[in-house]
Amino acid sequence: MKTHRNHANYWAFVLHRVSGLALLLFLPAHFYVLALAVEQAATLDMFLSWTEAPLVKLLETGLVILLAAHMTGGLRILAIEFLAWRNWQKSVVAITGGLSLAAGLLFFLNAG
Amino acid sequence: MTPERAETLEWLMQRVSAMVLAVCVIVHLTVIVIAVQGGVTSKEIVARVGGSVPWLMFYSVFVIAVALHAPTGLRNILREYTSLGRRQTHWIMAAVCILILVMGFRAVIGLYGLGA
Amino acid sequence: MSNNTLTVEIWRGREEGKFDTFEVPRMASQTVLDIVTYVQRNLDPGLSYRFACWVGVCGSCAMTVNGKPRWTCRTHVDKVADEGVLRIQPLKNLPVIRDLAVDMTEFFEKWTKAKAHFVPTATRHDDFAQVSPSDPKRKEATAGIECINCGVCYSACDTVAWLGDYLGPAALNRAWTLHNDVRDGGQSDRIKAIAGTGGCQACHSHQSCFELCPKHLNPTASIAGLKRATAKAALKGEI
Repeated sequence: MKTHRNHANYWAFVLHRVSGLALLLFLPAHFYVLALAVEQAATLDMFLSWTEAPLVKLLETGLVILLAAHMTGGLRILAIEFLAWRNWQKSVVAITGGLSLAAGLLFFLNAG
Repeated sequence: MTPERAETLEWLMQRVSAMVLAVCVIVHLTVIVIAVQGGVTSKEIVARVGGSVPWLMFYSVFVIAVALHAPTGLRNILREYTSLGRRQTHWIMAAVCILILVMGFRAVIGLYGLGA
Repeated sequence: MSNNTLTVEIWRGREEGKFDTFEVPRMASQTVLDIVTYVQRNLDPGLSYRFACWVGVCGSCAMTVNGKPRWTCRTHVDKVADEGVLRIQPLKNLPVIRDLAVDMTEFFEKWTKAKAHFVPTATRHDDFAQVSPSDPKRKEATAGIECINCGVCYSACDTVAWLGDYLGPAALNRAWTLHNDVRDGGQSDRIKAIAGTGGCQACHSHQSCFELCPKHLNPTASIAGLKRATAKAALKGEI
């Protein structure tokens, strides 16, 4: 693809924005379900057993990857903005991607 | 406060909260991976965080940091892809901040109370 | 396309327009500007474009070449036409005057808005300023000083496309070099000018400017320096 956007750091930006928005949209649902524990523990346990389904596990793995990607990507941005410049930008993007996938894999294997 | 100073401090607040969140998320991910082994139950969650002051403090910091961090990112998206003005995006930022604080603390304090 | 000619698609018109297709003879070490000039001199004298020096100094010949902004006089066809087709458009993020020539007014107005000009403090009675080339501040300034105002970074910047009032990589890079110039007397005005809605905080470090700057400057790093400087000023209540 030939555009000024097709380079590692731009794709890292896209992932950071998409993951950030997705996490923000997920957060109210997350808080709502946790609050169920207080008054409707049975409902929460029904919900938690629903999360044992393989497809839901896969979706959760996706969430773990998004969270890890937003965190590692955020550290990358902080390094750019607050530390001296280093010419290893593309390697850093690769490392953040690798760590995020590793976090997802770790979750998925333990959840199995 | 001048708009230049306000804008710069908003940016700085997002970055500082990001530094706090980085630590929180590392702890959170570790807990998730450990807790998910053998499935999660409400009993398990309550046994861990219920009545625990350290977890109460940790999740309180986590919720506050998210409430300070997320609205600025959302504002950037709205500013860049919609025609909403400065005043409108500020109202949306405030609403999102309050929503996260209210929902977050409802869950955090609720779970803490179950262990007492 | 035969081996001896190249298919060239050139934008014609303003914001509304179409591509005209030309067959241009290939030559050794041919640049994109050579191609455009061949078309104008031999195939279509009505083609509008802008150039001056031919040697990468004046910064006036930048165009969008196969999707990316380039300085055309120093861009070899071999490097960019790997699929045998060359598609040449005007720079993005600037109004098109006609064909390949864009109106740079807004680009230069933002330099002024960023107060990206030197403010002298010495008089004729003062001695020359002594600035060591190894001074850390001087090194920062030197790293960003060779900008030729070609507009490639401005055209490659999505933040410019998304936020109409964003000052852009070139103006902010220049502001950073002046911020590090000990002889300059415009520091506090400049810090105020580059903070705020269209200022340095708007940068998302996409790094398309760094990726495509023909002089291999790094506006992203310069803007990061400005972010730190404005943050310090904001904490102290100086802006």
